[in-house]
Amino acid sequence: MIRIESLSKTFDSLVVLDDVSFCIDDGNLVVVLGPSGTGKSVLLKSMLGLLPVDNGEVLFDGKSIQKASDSETYNIRKQVGFVFQGTALFDSMNVGENIALPLREHTTLSSKAIRERVCSLLEVVGMEGKAKMYPQLLSGGMKRLVAVARALALDPKYLFYDEPTTGLDPIMTDKVVDLVQNLKKKYTNSGIVVTHDLSTAKAVGDQIYMLKKGKIAKLAKIEKELYD
Amino acid sequence: MNLFSAIGDFSSFFFRSVFIPWQLKHSRYRILRQVYEVGIGSLPIILIIAAFVGLVSIVQTSYQVAGTVPRYILGMTVGRMVMIELGPILTALMVSGRCASSMAAEIGTMRVTEQIDALEIMAINPYRFLSLPRIMGTFIALPVLTVIAEFDALLVSGTYAHFFLDIPFGVFNYGLTHFFYAKDFFGGLVKSIFFAVVIATSGCYFGFNVRGGAREVGRAATYAVVTASILILTLDFLIALVIFG
Repeated sequence: MIRIESLSKTFDSLVVLDDVSFCIDDGNLVVVLGPSGTGKSVLLKSMLGLLPVDNGEVLFDGKSIQKASDSETYNIRKQVGFVFQGTALFDSMNVGENIALPLREHTTLSSKAIRERVCSLLEVVGMEGKAKMYPQLLSGGMKRLVAVARALALDPKYLFYDEPTTGLDPIMTDKVVDLVQNLKKKYTNSGIVVTHDLSTAKAVGDQIYMLKKGKIAKLAKIEKELYD
Repeated sequence: MNLFSAIGDFSSFFFRSVFIPWQLKHSRYRILRQVYEVGIGSLPIILIIAAFVGLVSIVQTSYQVAGTVPRYILGMTVGRMVMIELGPILTALMVSGRCASSMAAEIGTMRVTEQIDALEIMAINPYRFLSLPRIMGTFIALPVLTVIAEFDALLVSGTYAHFFLDIPFGVFNYGLTHFFYAKDFFGGLVKSIFFAVVIATSGCYFGFNVRGGAREVGRAATYAVVTASILILTLDFLIALVIFG
């Protein structure tokens, strides 16, 4: 379970997160919805200790990432798979090497076992046979799928998605949404999806929160509250 | 940022990059790759530069002392000049221009495209993954390049002296070897080790600190080369004071 308690973050005088609190229960996928530029990505990065926060803390199974030492922080992060909005694939490595990197760094698997794991992950995201391709040769949607495969490499307990469908065509958007839903069913991961796309939010979220002007609020009746 | 905090920041970056668990099982390939990138990648340009350093040295020395001292003195003068000063410093400046900028640009691009954040989230220490191999790779490659550059410069200057200045190889070689002091050679190598550290640290430091986009990446590459060059010349003076002063 992840508890976010009174998280606040400002950049100079700009308040991005203002006393944000919510909880991600085990097996739940929480969606944080909000227009572009409201601080959704800042929220994700603050949750993982990539950005220092002004106040508050994020507890992973009771352990505060803000108070953790470097090695404890890394241990927490090993439980998290993160899909970046811009994919953040390493352009000096091919698809297979990108997915294999966390396995090589954190496991004692043999090269053969790593290759098999990479192939099975590519199969999960529907990108089989693309292991030798370099990211710059892939379309935006394909990169997003590879990023999901890389995020799954260490079989994480939590999955974080930063705008998983932004900039994709409708067909690829449906594919990514289906993938997120399937992964949740298959691996029962907990996680968080930040998006500005209402249909994605409705399709994948167990709980939906709205982030606006630094404040967060849980949405009970999505359409009604949004359209009001 | 004032000068002192910049120096502190730069030094702390170096210590954060090197004084960490190396995990050689994972890092050794990346270190070897950097040895190749810096060493083999810089070799052609270093050979060309060193050849001209040898030529200019012998021509200038001959112009200044020919006819006033025995001819073997030219071998001694060029040899000591190349080993103490010209070999280490010109090799370092060339490698700085070529490698510090590319390190800053590569790491800076990784910063702006969130690849460094991705490393952090994958629980991979970006200093171990990116800085350590570059610092260690340059640390290994630069002294070797310096020795090759010195050999090249002396070979070319000896050849020029033989064919154009009427100083036979034997005479040139006599001056070179008879007045050879290990301190000159190893003093030059000590310099190149320090130069290697500042070249790679500058490249990585400015790359890691990029905030923004393409323009900032370009600036980082420029700052990396300028800073490395200034530090090379400053260290050259300080090390000369300690070893030869």
